[in-house]
Amino acid sequence: MSRHSLASRHFSQNLAFTVFRLIMLTVLAALGGILLYVFIHGISAISWEFLTAEPTNSMTTGGIFPAIMGTLYLTVGAILVALPLGVAAAIYLSEYATDGRTLRIVRLGIQNLAGVPSVVFGLFGLALFVGYFHLGISIAAGSLTLGLLILPTIIGASEEALRQVPSTFREASLGLGATRWQTIRKVVLPAALPGILTGSILGIGRAAGETAPIMFTAATFYTIGLPRSPLDTVMALPYHIYVLATAGTHIEQTRPLQYGTVLVLISMVLGLSLVAIIIRTRMRKTKQW
Amino acid sequence: MVKASAAAQSLEESQGRPSAKPERPIIEVRGLNFYYGDFQALTDINMTVKRNQVTALIGPSGCGKSTFLRLLNRMNELIPGTRVEGELLFEGINLYDPHVDPVDVRRRVGMVFQKPNPFPKTIYNNVAYGPRLHGLKEAKNLDNIVERSLKSAALWDEVKDILHQSALGLSGGQQQRLCIARAIAMSPEVLLMDEPTSALDPIATSRIEELVKELKQSYTVIIVTHNMQQAARVSDDTAFFYMGRLVEMGPTEGIFTKPQKEQTEHYITGRFG
Repeated sequence: MSRHSLASRHFSQNLAFTVFRLIMLTVLAALGGILLYVFIHGISAISWEFLTAEPTNSMTTGGIFPAIMGTLYLTVGAILVALPLGVAAAIYLSEYATDGRTLRIVRLGIQNLAGVPSVVFGLFGLALFVGYFHLGISIAAGSLTLGLLILPTIIGASEEALRQVPSTFREASLGLGATRWQTIRKVVLPAALPGILTGSILGIGRAAGETAPIMFTAATFYTIGLPRSPLDTVMALPYHIYVLATAGTHIEQTRPLQYGTVLVLISMVLGLSLVAIIIRTRMRKTKQW
Repeated sequence: MVKASAAAQSLEESQGRPSAKPERPIIEVRGLNFYYGDFQALTDINMTVKRNQVTALIGPSGCGKSTFLRLLNRMNELIPGTRVEGELLFEGINLYDPHVDPVDVRRRVGMVFQKPNPFPKTIYNNVAYGPRLHGLKEAKNLDNIVERSLKSAALWDEVKDILHQSALGLSGGQQQRLCIARAIAMSPEVLLMDEPTSALDPIATSRIEELVKELKQSYTVIIVTHNMQQAARVSDDTAFFYMGRLVEMGPTEGIFTKPQKEQTEHYITGRFG
């Protein structure tokens, strides 16, 4: 009986596939379990009032509308900061910079930046934006801090997307007498947009969910009404959850509200991502190669 | 190290025959060397290319024919670490003169690549891409250019009703003709073709070959091909490259029936390559 008989090869293939399936199911079960748990515990708190009213009675009743809007502002702000910067950096890295030691160090730096704990970004934002630039604890300072936090993600995804644009497109464009910049703007960037959007989706998820970076730079426990300018402080969902769950005087009492807030946060991230995914799918339809 | 004798010889071969037209050749190459880093890919190339003719570049893989072709519109300099020596005169201007802008060169010397590479845009926008780059905006003018270019590329009848659909829906042969249309929309003076049919089936290939023969009415065509029958069918002049050198160049019929050099004969009779 040969070690490489057909039967034994089929057996090892089946074994491997079974193991992969089990691992995948475990991961899915864990993820699904968390979502289900949050949903079951949180759905009872969700009501029209919860989504549209301000908190009352030391957060034990009322809604989380200011926190929803605050997270929306911060997330959109972070994307507005990180997307142009990130795409510009990625264009430089993939289209202009020549390979060499400097480029490798820059890449390494970006990769390491992605691994820096978010609380460090929070402190950095506190020192730079809140302190040095005198933005105070504000939407602006928080957006800038979150923007820096997701910058490595966006640079990485954008650079990868730019690299995947076939070089034949660039050649074709340059061969027609286009400048490099015309080629990037008219051919390379449009073709890379779906991939860049993927990076943005990941960035949205991270920016919306982070607590530590906004703790020192933007978020506050309670505001009267909505912020009126980018220099105002805001309530934000992750910080709201953090406060309710750890710092309040009514931790047990607000438990359903905590789950409800988590459910809203997850739904918001999914909703924002879904928009980006739909745009990406539309784009991909016309760009296959 | 320019070898005067070699220069004189190949100049004589391409110019000295009675079939040569009296006017100045559109391209003259003198003592051209080309390096990828330390590797010398082309050595002492001397060549003239005649106006409104099809010149075929043949030779085994790695002989430098594609490298040479890409020197004619300065595409090689996109690769880092490349270096050019010698003169490459296009209409009497040295293309590698520091004052010459490669963008301008590529506008006048168009290129069609080995694999059809239409942009992921509509058919119309593919052809209009070049003219728009150079500032043409008026819809009527663009319409005219698109129609004229597609007609010249023998594609108009097949696509005139689907101009605003994606070019990626076309067949490989149609895509390649679209790329030709895209190139000639710029009204280049020279059209470089780098094995334009190597990714195509025989029917699509013969359509492109027919097209090449028509294109020489308006353009000077230089075509790299691996297919010697193709060189014989479409070209007026043929240049045989081997190991980075131009071994022999002359009227196609002569090269294929009475090659002067042994290496040429071996290659065209299929003894290597």
